[in-house]
Amino acid sequence: MKRSIYINGIGAVTAQGVWRADFFVESHPLQHAVNAVQQPSYKELISPAMARRMSRGIKMGIYAAQQALDEAHITIPDAIITGTGLGCSEDSEKFLRNVLDNEEQFLTPTAFIQSTHNTVAAQIALRLGCKGYNFTYVNRSVSFESAVLDALMQLHDGEASSILVGAVDEISDHTARLLQLIGYIKPSDVHETVKESKSPGANYAESATFFTLSQEKTAQSYCEILDLCLQNKVSQSELPTFVDKFLKKNGLQLQDIDALVLGYSGDSDFDGWYEQAEQLFDATVSLYYKHLVGQCDTSSAFGLAMAAQFVSDQAIPETAQYNTTTLDRPLKNVLLYNQFRGEDHSLVLVRSC
Amino acid sequence: MAGAGVAITGIGIISSIGKTMEESQQALLSGTHGISRIEHVDTKLRDNIWVGEIKYSNAELADLLKLPAGHNYTRTAMLGCYAAQAAVASLGSCDMDAYKTGLISSTSVGGMDYTERYFYKYLEDPALHPYISTHDAGDSSHKIADYLGIQGLVTTISTACSSAANAIMMGARLIKHGRLDRVIVGGTDALSKFTINGFNTLMILSDELCQPFDQDRKGLNLGEAAAYLVLESEEVVRKENRKPLAYLAGYGNANDAFHQTASSDNGEGAFLAMEKAFTVAGLSASAIDYINAHGTATPNNDLSEGRALQRIFSDDMPLFSSTKAFTGHTLAAAAAIEAVFCIVALQQQIVFPNLNFKTQMEELDCSPQTEARPAQLEHVLSNSFGFGGNCSSLIFSKA
Repeated sequence: MKRSIYINGIGAVTAQGVWRADFFVESHPLQHAVNAVQQPSYKELISPAMARRMSRGIKMGIYAAQQALDEAHITIPDAIITGTGLGCSEDSEKFLRNVLDNEEQFLTPTAFIQSTHNTVAAQIALRLGCKGYNFTYVNRSVSFESAVLDALMQLHDGEASSILVGAVDEISDHTARLLQLIGYIKPSDVHETVKESKSPGANYAESATFFTLSQEKTAQSYCEILDLCLQNKVSQSELPTFVDKFLKKNGLQLQDIDALVLGYSGDSDFDGWYEQAEQLFDATVSLYYKHLVGQCDTSSAFGLAMAAQFVSDQAIPETAQYNTTTLDRPLKNVLLYNQFRGEDHSLVLVRSC
Repeated sequence: MAGAGVAITGIGIISSIGKTMEESQQALLSGTHGISRIEHVDTKLRDNIWVGEIKYSNAELADLLKLPAGHNYTRTAMLGCYAAQAAVASLGSCDMDAYKTGLISSTSVGGMDYTERYFYKYLEDPALHPYISTHDAGDSSHKIADYLGIQGLVTTISTACSSAANAIMMGARLIKHGRLDRVIVGGTDALSKFTINGFNTLMILSDELCQPFDQDRKGLNLGEAAAYLVLESEEVVRKENRKPLAYLAGYGNANDAFHQTASSDNGEGAFLAMEKAFTVAGLSASAIDYINAHGTATPNNDLSEGRALQRIFSDDMPLFSSTKAFTGHTLAAAAAIEAVFCIVALQQQIVFPNLNFKTQMEELDCSPQTEARPAQLEHVLSNSFGFGGNCSSLIFSKA
């Protein structure tokens, strides 16, 4: 018999600051092509000597992970599973520059050591002394969802009772320039919000979002995660079947979904998938979040945090509302849909608890 | 999953000891290694290091795969496509749409082989731009899925040198949970200037042929490879009349939580990973007939792993060897090629030698197997450990 799985803790470091009660009240839509993350002070978690050697991604990951654990009152989880699209981009770039600029001489290992994709998960484990299962998924916009899928299977089986699952992506300078060259990121002189956007490319920002998932429902539980699915390719015409099959598998119909959380990124070439998804549902509230936290391979993790918060509050702040439909019923079932440039599609289903 | 475990019905491999199963097997049996000086990576270290390099240029690989002109396949992607295609071909028949089919791949270097070539040139030459999007680790997985015609669950794992073991583990979980009927699992990594220099700064590259588990070992030889297994559900095995090559009986992953790159003295993570694998397989340590060790030939790994093995097996150490002296350490692909070697060992009832071994380590009471020899093998264990304290163990059982 499958056990229920709950989100019992959330943590995040984003362009709007860290995860907190007033997050959505205090947030403003991003307008730049590349947006800086509002970093907290790491002093209480990381010694200054260590912090100096760590990239932003590692520090953001450690902070968000600790927030998620603290909220759930978990000291050491049974497993740590992370997702990242580009991994430790800053250290990779630093080491590569050193190799190229110094013609393979005078190199030091620190940046190389920290360049491996599993560095954040490993550093969290090292900090906590967590000897459990430790995985890192790296597959563009389903990196985080792959981590959640892995966690769901282990929690369903009872192999683990609480799992720290998270996502982190940092953006290094050169990589950002290259992503602008191929149109993934909007040009620097374009200043559009997701809703105003008429151009290709997205506004990017770094972020880290972590969750404590558990078999146990507690006073802190935000919501239940019912299921998720991933697929490398789904055409716009295949989307209705993709959604329908997933809902049916979970004993639901389109009208059972009380709100949609969509990955609208303001990329005029690829937001069509979300418009298509909205059309499937008749008069259902649609929400978005990348206007606040920006696009990166794992920003969809923040979408899950947002959904969990709203389901828990049974309220939707205006800033997150995409369409004009107002919520006229309890927020029970929420469906999240994300894709990146028409690939790596994911559906996640959460329910109030 | 009652019974033996998850069925392995197909395998494919390319490494410096061969581009087919037959070539690989021949090399292992005859003790012929694939270590040489590097030809296809432009590095100043070429005369200081030995590598397990696949002697095909990128253009030759593209021809083998019949890629169209103007493709943007990195070397990592091409090696992956080659091995994954071979794994699927070994099934005989395989209709990708007939069952829920997925791909769990792994890589550590991803598209770094092209990024390091064009990093600055990208800014000046738009003709190179198609390679920009190949940098991330997911790119090679997408290319492999497209090459094989897979539409479904496709994802990638990157946990340094244990990556492919973890991809195999995730694949088995997806089959057990009925989320997939068939999954292609494994890893691919090409040699790159980035990784060569990285390992060089850590001072763990040997300037000679590597000597796993030898008292005088000087470090590792890097290599490149790709290998994939096809895992299929009981239902597919029955419906398609498959003859499984072997079963994946157990798996375990644990974290050493000791240091970002070094392993703990007592091999705690390795010990825990092996214990978990025994639990999943429902086997005791005494059931293991052969261990394909991680055995990178660095002073640190072999001591830590050796101690963990002695903690698990005490006085009853099974035959063991590291095959890294044949192929070099192929990083994210290592656990996949070694899984293939374990399956061949089970099929042929033969243990492969640990080349270049001369002197037993003074800290250990055991030595690896140095000659290919017939042995009765029911269950074999394969270890893979990576940076970040990542420790994985897989148990394969005879079909």
